[in-house]
Amino acid sequence: MNAVYVLWLRQLKRYFRSRSRMVGSLGQPLLFLVALGFGFGPIYQRAGQGNYLQFLAPGVIGMTILFSAVFSGIELIWDRHFGFLKETLVAPVPRIMIMIGRTLGGASVAMIQGLIVVGICLVAGFRPVSYATLPHALLCMALLAVMFTALGTAIASILGDFQGFQLVMNFLVMPMFFLSGALFPLNSVPRALRIVASLDPLAYGVDGMRAALTGVPAHFGWAADIGVLSAAAVFLVVLGSYLFSRVEV
Amino acid sequence: MISVRNLVRTFGEIVAVGDISFEVAEGEIFAFLGPNGAGKTTTIKMLTTLLRPTSGTVEIDGLDPTVRQHEARQRFGIVFQDPSVDDELTAYENMDFHGILYKLPRKLRVERIERLLRLFELWERRNDTVKHFSGGMRRRLEIARGLLHTPKILFLDEPTLGLDPQTRNQLWNHVRTLNQEERITVFLTTHYMEEAERVAHRIAIIDHGNIIAVGTAKELKERTGTETLEDAFLSLTGSRIREEAGSSLQQMRTMSRMWGRKR
Repeated sequence: MNAVYVLWLRQLKRYFRSRSRMVGSLGQPLLFLVALGFGFGPIYQRAGQGNYLQFLAPGVIGMTILFSAVFSGIELIWDRHFGFLKETLVAPVPRIMIMIGRTLGGASVAMIQGLIVVGICLVAGFRPVSYATLPHALLCMALLAVMFTALGTAIASILGDFQGFQLVMNFLVMPMFFLSGALFPLNSVPRALRIVASLDPLAYGVDGMRAALTGVPAHFGWAADIGVLSAAAVFLVVLGSYLFSRVEV
Repeated sequence: MISVRNLVRTFGEIVAVGDISFEVAEGEIFAFLGPNGAGKTTTIKMLTTLLRPTSGTVEIDGLDPTVRQHEARQRFGIVFQDPSVDDELTAYENMDFHGILYKLPRKLRVERIERLLRLFELWERRNDTVKHFSGGMRRRLEIARGLLHTPKILFLDEPTLGLDPQTRNQLWNHVRTLNQEERITVFLTTHYMEEAERVAHRIAIIDHGNIIAVGTAKELKERTGTETLEDAFLSLTGSRIREEAGSSLQQMRTMSRMWGRKR
Protein backbone atom coordinates (compact mmCIF):
# COMPACT_ATOMS: atom_id res chain seq x y z
CA MET A 1 0.00 0.00 0.00
CA ASN A 2 2.87 2.35 0.77
CA ALA A 3 4.07 1.99 -2.80
CA VAL A 4 0.67 3.07 -4.13
CA TYR A 5 0.79 6.12 -1.87
CA VAL A 6 4.32 7.07 -2.89
CA LEU A 7 3.59 6.81 -6.61
CA TRP A 8 0.37 8.77 -6.26
CA LEU A 9 2.03 11.47 -4.17
CA ARG A 10 4.87 11.73 -6.65
CA GLN A 11 2.51 12.42 -9.57
CA LEU A 12 0.73 15.15 -7.60
CA LYS A 13 3.98 16.77 -6.48
CA ARG A 14 5.24 16.77 -10.03
CA TYR A 15 2.00 18.29 -11.24
CA PHE A 16 1.91 21.10 -8.72
CA ARG A 17 5.57 21.91 -9.31
CA SER A 18 5.49 22.23 -13.08
CA ARG A 19 3.31 25.27 -13.55
CA SER A 20 4.08 25.46 -17.26
CA ARG A 21 2.45 22.08 -17.70
CA MET A 22 -0.56 23.12 -15.67
CA VAL A 23 -1.09 26.38 -17.55
CA GLY A 24 -0.18 24.87 -20.92
CA SER A 25 -2.73 22.12 -20.70
CA LEU A 26 -5.48 24.59 -19.83
CA GLY A 27 -4.87 26.64 -22.98
CA GLN A 28 -6.62 24.16 -25.24
CA PRO A 29 -9.90 23.86 -23.32
CA LEU A 30 -9.99 27.63 -22.92
CA LEU A 31 -9.57 28.05 -26.66
CA PHE A 32 -12.35 25.58 -27.43
CA LEU A 33 -14.64 27.21 -24.94
CA VAL A 34 -14.05 30.74 -26.18
CA ALA A 35 -13.68 30.15 -29.93
CA LEU A 36 -16.39 27.51 -30.33
CA GLY A 37 -18.61 28.52 -27.44
CA PHE A 38 -18.88 32.14 -28.41
CA GLY A 39 -18.20 31.59 -32.14
CA PHE A 40 -20.93 29.03 -32.80
CA GLY A 41 -23.20 30.25 -30.02
CA PRO A 42 -25.34 32.60 -32.16
CA ILE A 43 -25.84 30.01 -34.94
CA TYR A 44 -26.78 27.35 -32.43
CA GLN A 45 -29.24 29.72 -30.85
CA ARG A 46 -30.77 30.62 -34.22
CA ALA A 47 -31.17 26.91 -35.01
CA GLY A 48 -33.43 26.77 -32.01
CA GLN A 49 -31.13 24.60 -29.87
CA GLY A 50 -30.65 27.05 -27.02
CA ASN A 51 -27.42 28.10 -25.35
CA TYR A 52 -24.37 26.49 -26.99
CA LEU A 53 -22.05 27.24 -24.08
CA GLN A 54 -24.34 25.20 -21.82
CA PHE A 55 -24.11 22.37 -24.31
CA LEU A 56 -20.37 22.64 -24.96
CA ALA A 57 -19.03 22.96 -21.38
CA PRO A 58 -19.40 19.26 -20.42
CA GLY A 59 -17.69 18.34 -23.70
CA VAL A 60 -14.73 20.57 -22.96
CA ILE A 61 -14.46 19.19 -19.44
CA GLY A 62 -14.43 15.67 -20.91
CA MET A 63 -11.78 16.69 -23.43
CA THR A 64 -9.54 18.08 -20.69
CA ILE A 65 -9.72 14.83 -18.76
CA LEU A 66 -9.12 12.75 -21.90
CA PHE A 67 -5.95 14.58 -22.91
CA SER A 68 -4.57 15.00 -19.43
CA ALA A 69 -5.13 11.36 -18.48
CA VAL A 70 -3.82 9.83 -21.71
CA PHE A 71 -0.78 12.06 -21.45
CA SER A 72 -0.08 10.97 -17.87
CA GLY A 73 -0.24 7.37 -18.96
CA ILE A 74 1.97 7.91 -21.98
CA GLU A 75 4.62 9.61 -19.84
CA LEU A 76 5.49 6.06 -18.91
CA ILE A 77 7.48 5.81 -22.15
CA TRP A 78 9.88 8.46 -20.97
CA ASP A 79 9.85 7.36 -17.39
CA ARG A 80 10.77 3.85 -18.37
CA HIS A 81 14.16 4.81 -19.77
CA PHE A 82 15.03 8.11 -18.11
CA GLY A 83 12.99 8.32 -15.01
CA PHE A 84 11.71 7.02 -11.81
CA LEU A 85 10.02 3.91 -13.26
CA LYS A 86 13.14 1.74 -13.28
CA GLU A 87 13.72 2.62 -9.66
CA THR A 88 10.24 1.34 -8.81
CA LEU A 89 10.59 -1.79 -10.95
CA VAL A 90 13.62 -3.05 -8.98
CA ALA A 91 12.01 -2.20 -5.64
CA PRO A 92 10.53 -5.07 -3.63
CA VAL A 93 7.02 -4.06 -4.62
CA PRO A 94 4.54 -6.03 -6.77
CA ARG A 95 4.01 -4.54 -10.21
CA ILE A 96 0.29 -4.33 -9.76
CA MET A 97 0.85 -1.84 -6.90
CA ILE A 98 3.00 0.29 -9.18
CA MET A 99 0.27 0.21 -11.82
CA ILE A 100 -2.42 1.15 -9.29
CA GLY A 101 -0.32 3.98 -7.86
CA ARG A 102 0.50 5.40 -11.26
CA THR A 103 -3.09 5.14 -12.44
CA LEU A 104 -4.48 6.82 -9.34
CA GLY A 105 -1.82 9.54 -9.61
CA GLY A 106 -2.50 10.21 -13.28
CA ALA A 107 -6.27 10.10 -12.71
CA SER A 108 -6.03 12.53 -9.78
CA VAL A 109 -4.08 14.99 -11.90
CA ALA A 110 -6.62 14.66 -14.73
CA MET A 111 -9.43 15.15 -12.22
CA ILE A 112 -7.83 18.34 -10.88
CA GLN A 113 -7.40 19.64 -14.40
CA GLY A 114 -11.05 18.81 -15.07
CA LEU A 115 -12.15 20.69 -11.96
CA ILE A 116 -10.12 23.74 -12.97
CA VAL A 117 -11.89 23.68 -16.34
CA VAL A 118 -15.24 23.43 -14.55
CA GLY A 119 -14.20 26.67 -12.83
CA ILE A 120 -13.24 28.26 -16.15
CA CYS A 121 -16.61 27.23 -17.62
CA LEU A 122 -18.40 28.88 -14.72
CA VAL A 123 -16.43 32.08 -15.29
CA ALA A 124 -17.29 31.94 -19.02
CA GLY A 125 -20.98 31.87 -18.17
CA PHE A 126 -21.83 28.19 -17.84
CA ARG A 127 -24.55 27.56 -15.24
CA PRO A 128 -25.43 24.07 -13.99
CA VAL A 129 -29.20 23.71 -13.59
CA SER A 130 -28.79 22.08 -10.22
CA TYR A 131 -25.94 21.45 -7.83
CA ALA A 132 -27.75 18.42 -6.44
CA THR A 133 -26.67 16.34 -9.43
CA LEU A 134 -23.06 17.53 -9.22
CA PRO A 135 -21.90 14.23 -7.65
CA HIS A 136 -23.19 12.45 -10.78
CA ALA A 137 -21.01 14.63 -12.95
CA LEU A 138 -18.02 14.09 -10.66
CA LEU A 139 -18.52 10.34 -10.89
CA CYS A 140 -18.44 10.53 -14.70
CA MET A 141 -15.28 12.65 -14.53
CA ALA A 142 -13.56 10.21 -12.15
CA LEU A 143 -14.40 7.20 -14.29
CA LEU A 144 -13.10 8.96 -17.40
CA ALA A 145 -9.91 9.96 -15.58
CA VAL A 146 -9.19 6.40 -14.43
CA MET A 147 -9.97 4.73 -17.75
CA PHE A 148 -7.95 7.11 -19.90
CA THR A 149 -4.92 6.99 -17.61
CA ALA A 150 -5.05 3.20 -17.86
CA LEU A 151 -5.45 3.50 -21.64
CA GLY A 152 -2.36 5.74 -21.80
CA THR A 153 -0.41 3.19 -19.75
CA ALA A 154 -1.57 0.39 -22.05
CA ILE A 155 -0.49 2.37 -25.13
CA ALA A 156 2.87 3.28 -23.59
CA SER A 157 3.47 -0.36 -22.67
CA ILE A 158 3.01 -1.40 -26.29
CA LEU A 159 4.77 1.51 -27.99
CA GLY A 160 8.08 1.50 -26.16
CA ASP A 161 9.17 4.78 -27.78
CA PHE A 162 7.73 7.98 -29.17
CA GLN A 163 7.73 6.88 -32.82
CA GLY A 164 4.09 5.86 -32.72
CA PHE A 165 2.94 8.77 -30.60
CA GLN A 166 1.50 10.83 -33.50
CA LEU A 167 -0.31 7.76 -34.76
CA VAL A 168 -2.00 7.30 -31.43
CA MET A 169 -2.89 10.99 -31.15
CA ASN A 170 -4.34 11.26 -34.65
CA PHE A 171 -6.04 7.91 -34.96
CA LEU A 172 -7.19 7.26 -31.42
CA VAL A 173 -7.23 10.24 -29.09
CA MET A 174 -8.40 12.98 -31.48
CA PRO A 175 -11.16 10.82 -33.04
CA MET A 176 -12.32 9.85 -29.57
CA PHE A 177 -12.73 13.51 -28.79
CA PHE A 178 -14.27 14.73 -32.07
CA LEU A 179 -16.67 11.79 -32.46
CA SER A 180 -17.85 11.79 -28.87
CA GLY A 181 -20.61 14.33 -29.27
CA ALA A 182 -18.62 16.77 -27.15
CA LEU A 183 -19.13 19.46 -29.78
CA PHE A 184 -22.50 18.56 -31.35
CA PRO A 185 -25.72 16.80 -30.29
CA LEU A 186 -25.78 13.12 -31.22
CA ASN A 187 -29.52 12.72 -31.70
CA SER A 188 -29.67 14.31 -35.14
CA VAL A 189 -26.38 13.15 -36.73
CA PRO A 190 -26.21 10.48 -39.50
CA ARG A 191 -26.67 6.94 -38.32
CA ALA A 192 -23.08 5.86 -39.09
CA LEU A 193 -21.69 8.63 -36.91
CA ARG A 194 -24.11 7.72 -34.16
CA ILE A 195 -22.88 4.12 -34.22
CA VAL A 196 -19.27 5.24 -34.07
CA ALA A 197 -20.07 7.51 -31.13
CA SER A 198 -21.76 4.64 -29.32
CA LEU A 199 -18.40 2.82 -29.38
CA ASP A 200 -16.56 5.78 -27.87
CA PRO A 201 -16.31 5.71 -24.06
CA LEU A 202 -15.85 9.48 -23.93
CA ALA A 203 -19.32 9.87 -25.51
CA TYR A 204 -20.90 8.22 -22.46
CA GLY A 205 -18.89 10.39 -20.08
CA VAL A 206 -19.85 13.60 -21.83
CA ASP A 207 -23.45 12.46 -22.11
CA GLY A 208 -23.60 11.64 -18.41
CA MET A 209 -22.06 14.96 -17.39
CA ARG A 210 -24.34 16.86 -19.70
CA ALA A 211 -27.41 15.17 -18.29
CA ALA A 212 -26.26 15.79 -14.73
CA LEU A 213 -25.22 19.42 -15.19
CA THR A 214 -27.66 20.82 -17.74
CA GLY A 215 -30.75 18.73 -17.06
CA VAL A 216 -31.27 17.59 -20.67
CA PRO A 217 -32.27 13.93 -21.00
CA ALA A 218 -29.25 11.68 -21.53
CA HIS A 219 -28.80 10.49 -25.13
CA PHE A 220 -27.83 6.98 -24.08
CA GLY A 221 -29.70 7.04 -20.78
CA TRP A 222 -28.15 7.66 -17.38
CA ALA A 223 -27.90 3.99 -16.43
CA ALA A 224 -26.25 3.12 -19.74
CA ASP A 225 -23.77 5.98 -19.27
CA ILE A 226 -22.62 4.81 -15.86
CA GLY A 227 -22.74 1.15 -16.85
CA VAL A 228 -20.59 1.60 -19.95
CA LEU A 229 -18.18 3.96 -18.18
CA SER A 230 -17.67 1.52 -15.31
CA ALA A 231 -17.25 -1.45 -17.62
CA ALA A 232 -14.78 0.46 -19.83
CA ALA A 233 -12.82 1.61 -16.77
CA VAL A 234 -12.52 -1.94 -15.43
CA PHE A 235 -11.60 -3.32 -18.83
CA LEU A 236 -8.92 -0.70 -19.50
CA VAL A 237 -7.40 -0.99 -16.01
CA VAL A 238 -7.15 -4.77 -16.45
CA LEU A 239 -5.74 -4.40 -19.96
CA GLY A 240 -3.29 -1.71 -18.82
CA SER A 241 -2.16 -3.82 -15.85
CA TYR A 242 -1.64 -6.84 -18.07
CA LEU A 243 0.39 -4.94 -20.66
CA PHE A 244 2.33 -3.08 -17.97
CA SER A 245 3.19 -6.37 -16.26
CA ARG A 246 4.99 -7.40 -19.44
CA VAL A 247 7.06 -4.21 -19.75
CA GLU A 248 10.79 -4.80 -19.69
CA VAL A 249 13.28 -2.01 -19.21
CA MET B 1 27.81 -13.24 -2.93
CA ILE B 2 26.99 -13.43 -6.63
CA SER B 3 27.11 -16.75 -8.38
CA VAL B 4 26.32 -17.16 -12.06
CA ARG B 5 26.26 -20.49 -13.88
CA ASN B 6 25.77 -21.06 -17.61
CA LEU B 7 23.71 -17.91 -17.94
CA VAL B 8 22.14 -17.39 -21.39
CA ARG B 9 19.85 -14.70 -22.71
CA THR B 10 18.61 -14.54 -26.26
CA PHE B 11 16.34 -12.01 -27.95
CA GLY B 12 14.81 -13.96 -30.82
CA GLU B 13 17.74 -14.91 -33.03
CA ILE B 14 20.19 -12.63 -31.28
CA VAL B 15 22.31 -14.08 -28.49
CA ALA B 16 22.93 -11.20 -26.07
CA VAL B 17 24.57 -13.32 -23.39
CA GLY B 18 25.78 -16.79 -24.32
CA ASP B 19 26.64 -19.16 -21.52
CA ILE B 20 28.60 -17.17 -18.96
CA SER B 21 29.67 -18.31 -15.50
CA PHE B 22 31.45 -16.40 -12.74
CA GLU B 23 31.58 -15.88 -9.00
CA VAL B 24 31.89 -12.65 -7.05
CA ALA B 25 33.04 -13.03 -3.44
CA GLU B 26 31.65 -11.09 -0.51
CA GLY B 27 33.38 -7.72 -0.13
CA GLU B 28 34.87 -7.85 -3.58
CA ILE B 29 34.83 -5.08 -6.19
CA PHE B 30 34.23 -6.82 -9.49
CA ALA B 31 34.42 -4.98 -12.81
CA PHE B 32 32.72 -6.07 -15.99
CA LEU B 33 34.44 -4.65 -19.05
CA GLY B 34 33.44 -5.03 -22.66
CA PRO B 35 32.82 -3.14 -25.88
CA ASN B 36 29.40 -1.64 -26.64
CA GLY B 37 26.79 -4.33 -27.11
CA ALA B 38 28.94 -7.02 -25.47
CA GLY B 39 26.19 -8.01 -23.03
CA LYS B 40 27.13 -6.03 -19.92
CA THR B 41 23.81 -4.33 -19.33
CA THR B 42 21.85 -7.49 -20.23
CA THR B 43 23.84 -9.36 -17.59
CA ILE B 44 23.17 -6.68 -14.97
CA LYS B 45 19.46 -6.76 -15.80
CA MET B 46 19.37 -10.52 -15.26
CA LEU B 47 21.23 -10.20 -11.96
CA THR B 48 18.83 -7.50 -10.76
CA THR B 49 15.50 -9.22 -11.58
CA LEU B 50 14.69 -6.92 -14.51
CA LEU B 51 15.12 -9.62 -17.13
CA ARG B 52 14.51 -13.33 -16.98
CA PRO B 53 17.39 -15.53 -18.14
CA THR B 54 16.70 -17.79 -21.12
CA SER B 55 18.62 -20.50 -19.26
CA GLY B 56 21.20 -20.89 -16.53
CA THR B 57 21.11 -19.92 -12.87
CA VAL B 58 21.84 -16.81 -10.85
CA GLU B 59 22.30 -16.57 -7.09
CA ILE B 60 22.27 -13.27 -5.23
CA ASP B 61 23.37 -13.80 -1.63
CA GLY B 62 22.19 -17.39 -1.95
CA LEU B 63 18.80 -16.45 -3.42
CA ASP B 64 17.49 -17.17 -6.90
CA PRO B 65 16.19 -13.78 -8.10
CA THR B 66 13.68 -15.39 -10.47
CA VAL B 67 12.02 -17.23 -7.60
CA ARG B 68 12.52 -15.12 -4.47
CA GLN B 69 12.34 -11.84 -6.33
CA HIS B 70 11.46 -9.42 -3.53
CA GLU B 71 13.94 -10.89 -1.06
CA ALA B 72 16.68 -10.65 -3.67
CA ARG B 73 15.69 -7.04 -4.38
CA GLN B 74 16.13 -6.09 -0.72
CA ARG B 75 19.72 -7.26 -0.93
CA PHE B 76 21.06 -5.11 -3.71
CA GLY B 77 21.15 -1.46 -4.70
CA ILE B 78 21.53 -0.38 -8.29
CA VAL B 79 22.66 2.69 -10.20
CA PHE B 80 21.40 2.48 -13.77
CA GLN B 81 23.18 3.59 -16.89
CA ASP B 82 20.44 6.17 -17.56
CA PRO B 83 19.21 8.49 -14.82
CA SER B 84 16.41 7.20 -12.63
CA VAL B 85 16.03 9.95 -10.05
CA ASP B 86 12.97 12.15 -10.35
CA ASP B 87 13.86 15.63 -11.61
CA GLU B 88 10.85 17.37 -10.14
CA LEU B 89 11.42 15.99 -6.65
CA THR B 90 13.99 17.20 -4.15
CA ALA B 91 16.99 15.10 -3.21
CA TYR B 92 15.38 14.38 0.13
CA GLU B 93 12.08 13.30 -1.43
CA ASN B 94 13.88 10.98 -3.83
CA MET B 95 15.59 9.34 -0.87
CA ASP B 96 12.44 9.29 1.24
CA PHE B 97 10.34 7.65 -1.48
CA HIS B 98 13.01 5.03 -1.97
CA GLY B 99 12.98 4.31 1.76
CA ILE B 100 9.20 3.90 1.73
CA LEU B 101 9.32 1.59 -1.30
CA TYR B 102 11.86 -0.58 0.55
CA LYS B 103 9.71 -0.47 3.72
CA LEU B 104 12.29 1.15 5.99
CA PRO B 105 10.73 2.20 9.30
CA ARG B 106 10.41 5.96 9.56
CA LYS B 107 13.02 6.51 12.26
CA LEU B 108 15.65 4.43 10.51
CA ARG B 109 14.79 6.12 7.22
CA VAL B 110 15.33 9.60 8.59
CA GLU B 111 18.65 8.59 10.17
CA ARG B 112 20.04 6.83 7.14
CA ILE B 113 18.98 9.52 4.69
CA GLU B 114 20.83 12.13 6.70
CA ARG B 115 23.89 9.94 7.05
CA LEU B 116 24.08 9.11 3.34
CA LEU B 117 23.32 12.61 2.10
CA ARG B 118 26.09 13.92 4.37
CA LEU B 119 28.46 11.21 3.20
CA PHE B 120 27.83 12.12 -0.44
CA GLU B 121 28.00 15.85 0.32
CA LEU B 122 24.41 16.51 -0.68
CA TRP B 123 22.93 17.35 2.73
CA GLU B 124 23.11 21.12 2.21
CA ARG B 125 21.17 20.76 -1.04
CA ARG B 126 18.63 18.23 0.22
CA ASN B 127 15.64 20.50 -0.38
CA ASP B 128 16.56 21.51 -3.93
CA THR B 129 14.78 19.83 -6.81
CA VAL B 130 17.07 17.47 -8.66
CA LYS B 131 16.67 19.33 -11.97
CA HIS B 132 18.98 22.00 -10.57
CA PHE B 133 21.72 19.44 -9.83
CA SER B 134 24.88 18.90 -11.88
CA GLY B 135 25.58 15.54 -13.49
CA GLY B 136 27.94 14.54 -10.70
CA MET B 137 25.48 15.46 -7.97
CA ARG B 138 22.77 13.39 -9.64
CA ARG B 139 25.10 10.42 -9.78
CA ARG B 140 26.02 10.81 -6.14
CA LEU B 141 22.34 11.01 -5.25
CA GLU B 142 21.63 7.82 -7.19
CA ILE B 143 24.40 5.98 -5.37
CA ALA B 144 23.28 7.33 -2.00
CA ARG B 145 19.75 6.21 -2.80
CA GLY B 146 20.92 2.77 -3.88
CA LEU B 147 22.58 2.35 -0.47
CA LEU B 148 19.65 3.55 1.61
CA HIS B 149 18.19 0.11 2.34
CA THR B 150 21.63 -1.22 3.44
CA PRO B 151 22.09 -3.62 0.52
CA LYS B 152 24.84 -6.20 0.52
CA ILE B 153 25.60 -5.68 -3.14
CA LEU B 154 25.81 -2.48 -5.15
CA PHE B 155 25.44 -2.66 -8.94
CA LEU B 156 26.88 0.26 -10.88
CA ASP B 157 26.18 0.32 -14.62
CA GLU B 158 28.61 2.79 -16.20
CA PRO B 159 28.24 5.20 -13.29
CA THR B 160 30.87 7.65 -14.48
CA LEU B 161 29.66 8.08 -18.06
CA GLY B 162 29.73 11.75 -19.03
CA LEU B 163 31.33 12.98 -15.80
CA ASP B 164 34.49 15.08 -15.55
CA PRO B 165 37.70 13.55 -14.15
CA GLN B 166 37.38 15.27 -10.76
CA THR B 167 33.86 13.97 -10.25
CA ARG B 168 34.83 10.50 -11.42
CA ASN B 169 37.74 10.42 -9.04
CA GLN B 170 35.60 11.52 -6.12
CA LEU B 171 32.90 9.02 -6.99
CA TRP B 172 35.30 6.08 -7.00
CA ASN B 173 36.78 7.23 -3.71
CA HIS B 174 33.30 7.03 -2.23
CA VAL B 175 32.79 3.56 -3.65
CA ARG B 176 36.10 2.34 -2.27
CA THR B 177 35.37 3.79 1.14
CA LEU B 178 32.00 2.06 1.25
CA ASN B 179 33.56 -1.19 0.16
CA GLN B 180 36.23 -1.01 2.85
CA GLU B 181 34.11 0.29 5.71
CA GLU B 182 30.80 -1.47 5.14
CA ARG B 183 32.08 -4.52 3.27
CA ILE B 184 29.66 -3.88 0.40
CA THR B 185 30.21 -6.08 -2.63
CA VAL B 186 30.38 -3.95 -5.78
CA PHE B 187 29.62 -5.12 -9.30
CA LEU B 188 30.41 -2.43 -11.85
CA THR B 189 30.67 -1.88 -15.57
CA THR B 190 32.70 0.90 -17.15
CA HIS B 191 34.42 1.91 -20.35
CA TYR B 192 37.28 3.60 -18.53
CA MET B 193 40.07 1.06 -18.12
CA GLU B 194 42.09 3.10 -15.65
CA GLU B 195 39.06 3.25 -13.36
CA ALA B 196 38.60 -0.49 -13.44
CA GLU B 197 42.30 -0.99 -12.75
CA ARG B 198 42.23 1.43 -9.85
CA VAL B 199 39.14 0.24 -7.99
CA ALA B 200 38.40 -3.34 -9.00
CA HIS B 201 39.87 -6.36 -7.25
CA ARG B 202 39.04 -8.55 -10.22
CA ILE B 203 38.02 -7.84 -13.78
CA ALA B 204 36.02 -9.90 -16.27
CA ILE B 205 36.19 -9.08 -19.96
CA ILE B 206 33.06 -9.88 -21.92
CA ASP B 207 32.68 -9.76 -25.68
CA HIS B 208 29.92 -11.01 -28.00
CA GLY B 209 28.08 -12.32 -24.95
CA ASN B 210 30.96 -14.48 -23.68
CA ILE B 211 33.46 -13.96 -20.90
CA ILE B 212 36.86 -14.18 -22.52
CA ALA B 213 39.04 -13.49 -19.50
CA VAL B 214 38.74 -13.10 -15.71
CA GLY B 215 41.46 -12.05 -13.31
CA THR B 216 43.19 -9.17 -11.58
CA ALA B 217 44.40 -6.31 -13.77
CA LYS B 218 47.93 -7.63 -13.28
CA GLU B 219 47.01 -11.14 -14.37
CA LEU B 220 45.24 -9.86 -17.48
CA LYS B 221 48.28 -7.80 -18.46
CA GLU B 222 50.65 -10.70 -17.87
CA ARG B 223 48.45 -13.08 -19.81
CA THR B 224 48.39 -10.83 -22.88
CA GLY B 225 51.95 -9.60 -22.44
CA THR B 226 50.87 -5.97 -22.48
CA GLU B 227 51.84 -2.89 -20.51
CA THR B 228 48.44 -1.38 -19.76
CA LEU B 229 44.99 -2.75 -19.11
CA GLU B 230 43.76 -0.86 -22.15
CA ASP B 231 46.21 -2.75 -24.36
CA ALA B 232 45.24 -6.01 -22.69
CA PHE B 233 41.58 -5.20 -23.36
CA LEU B 234 42.25 -4.39 -27.01
CA SER B 235 44.38 -7.48 -27.48
CA LEU B 236 41.56 -9.63 -26.07
CA THR B 237 38.61 -7.99 -27.81
CA GLY B 238 40.28 -6.75 -31.01
CA SER B 239 40.37 -3.13 -32.11
CA ARG B 240 37.45 -3.22 -34.51
CA ILE B 241 34.82 -0.61 -33.68
CA ARG B 242 31.42 -1.95 -32.64
CA GLU B 243 28.49 -0.28 -34.25
CA GLU B 244 25.85 0.39 -31.70
CA ALA B 245 22.48 -0.15 -33.36
CA GLY B 246 20.61 3.09 -34.05
CA SER B 247 17.87 1.88 -31.77
CA SER B 248 15.00 3.98 -30.55
CA LEU B 249 16.59 3.90 -27.11
CA GLN B 250 19.68 5.57 -28.55
CA GLN B 251 17.48 8.23 -30.14
CA MET B 252 15.73 8.83 -26.86
CA ARG B 253 19.10 9.07 -25.13
CA THR B 254 20.05 11.84 -27.54
CA MET B 255 16.74 13.54 -26.86
CA SER B 256 17.30 13.16 -23.16
CA ARG B 257 20.70 14.80 -23.38
CA MET B 258 19.23 17.69 -25.35
CA TRP B 259 16.05 18.25 -23.37
CA GLY B 260 16.11 16.00 -20.34
CA ARG B 261 17.71 18.40 -17.94
CA LYS B 262 15.30 21.20 -18.67
CA ARG B 263 12.18 19.11 -18.93
